[in-house]
Amino acid sequence: MVPTDLHYTKDHEWVRLDGDQATIGITAYAAEQLGDIVFVELPETGRTLAQSAAFGVVESVKAVSDLFAPVSGSVVETNAALAEQPELVNSEPYGAGWMVRVSVADPTEIDALLDPAAYGALIAEG
Amino acid sequence: MAGVADGSVKTTPLLTRHEALGARLIDFAGWLMPVQYSGILEEHRAVRERAGLFDLSHMGELFVEGPDAGAALAYALVSDPPALAVGRAHYSMICAADGGILDDLIVYRLADERFLVVANASNAQLVSDLLAERIGGFRAILDDRSLATALVAIQGPRAKGILAPRTDVDIDALRYYGIAEGHVAGSAALVARTGYTGEDGFELFVDNARAGELWDVLLEAGRAEGLAPVGLGARDTLRLEAAMALYGNDLDPTVSPYDAGLGRVVKLTKTADFVGRAALERIAAEGPRRRLVGLIVRGRGIARHGYPIFVAERETGAVTSGAPSPTLGVPIALAYVTPGDGEPGTMLDVGIRDGRVPAEVVPLPFYRRAG
Repeated sequence: MVPTDLHYTKDHEWVRLDGDQATIGITAYAAEQLGDIVFVELPETGRTLAQSAAFGVVESVKAVSDLFAPVSGSVVETNAALAEQPELVNSEPYGAGWMVRVSVADPTEIDALLDPAAYGALIAEG
Repeated sequence: MAGVADGSVKTTPLLTRHEALGARLIDFAGWLMPVQYSGILEEHRAVRERAGLFDLSHMGELFVEGPDAGAALAYALVSDPPALAVGRAHYSMICAADGGILDDLIVYRLADERFLVVANASNAQLVSDLLAERIGGFRAILDDRSLATALVAIQGPRAKGILAPRTDVDIDALRYYGIAEGHVAGSAALVARTGYTGEDGFELFVDNARAGELWDVLLEAGRAEGLAPVGLGARDTLRLEAAMALYGNDLDPTVSPYDAGLGRVVKLTKTADFVGRAALERIAAEGPRRRLVGLIVRGRGIARHGYPIFVAERETGAVTSGAPSPTLGVPIALAYVTPGDGEPGTMLDVGIRDGRVPAEVVPLPFYRRAG
């Protein structure tokens, strides 16, 4: 099921907006498609992300995938737990498996993201 | 799946079983094959700790028969098949005239005048064509039964216990790299004690029509022993830990057996001429220009196929296979480096995206089963 309180990208990232901060992760669908996630590379705190630009990497046993920033902003926190427990991305993609928190530069960028219904339709297509 | 209906993708006789087991299917070398069922890590552990069942029906099965079958293969391949006793097998390669590896193979001697050559799926047609051409002057014929033959492997410490009650082949008498004709689960089968996992195990060649029943019987019989169906994803991590080369990654036409550390496979002492002999004699005398080494990544990051290897600022080679090792818990890799940079204990750098990550040259294999 696609959580109804989040925004999504076509690259399978999710965004949870809380005031002017956005928490970013990858969807359950993406995690399942990747398989067992064994490594996550995240940016340094303070780095500025540009919307749609690659900001990190998630690796499963077989595959390397880029992470794309759903919104522009500066990184205020990264999920340090993923260094030791990357499998959290598989087990709790919308919770303990979150990746970065950014201070949103331009709130109107959120409007360009997919809503839950649109994302649900995207993954239903396969 | 695209390609199945129009026949552009080949399917194994076990496809419906894989779908029922929830496998993720991919196009591998033109075949629709299971890459994973429950997950690569879980399947990998099942093989190391218990047992795994693999569908390898995409592999090429090439039978060579006739009074000169052995001599024909001695000419076509770099190994010396006539030296094999009946019921024995060895690892071999087919090379180009320049010594480049065109495929790596297992050659089984089934009878005095009958051999089975097993080729990689990606090269099966090429090897079939090359064998037909190279044995042309000999009293031997090639019978390519790749599309009519299924191959099921059962691998892991419990494989023997699961298989033994279901076959009339004397498993205890079947040594590593042995092969015997018999029956498994009532079907005529060739039973070989070979594999690509680093564990004890067996490879079972049966006609396509018998594959489903054989698969079902073994999967059911192994249930209580923790036998799991295993896809190509875990097959790759298992073989990498065992430091078994993968054609297309670690071996290709630009690589000689000596580069790959597999010079022992080339029998320059055999009396027969063979394709590639002159080039391989020269490489053996001059020494290889590069060396296949094992690496353990000592920093953060996973070395993958194609990533460059550095000694300080000098590029010395590239990774050919790399993955996180489920058994060791660290990223491991095979890489070609300049021979002088490949001594175990040497610290090298792997170029991973924009950074350099330290990696240590280690002796191979990464994993060796106990006992």
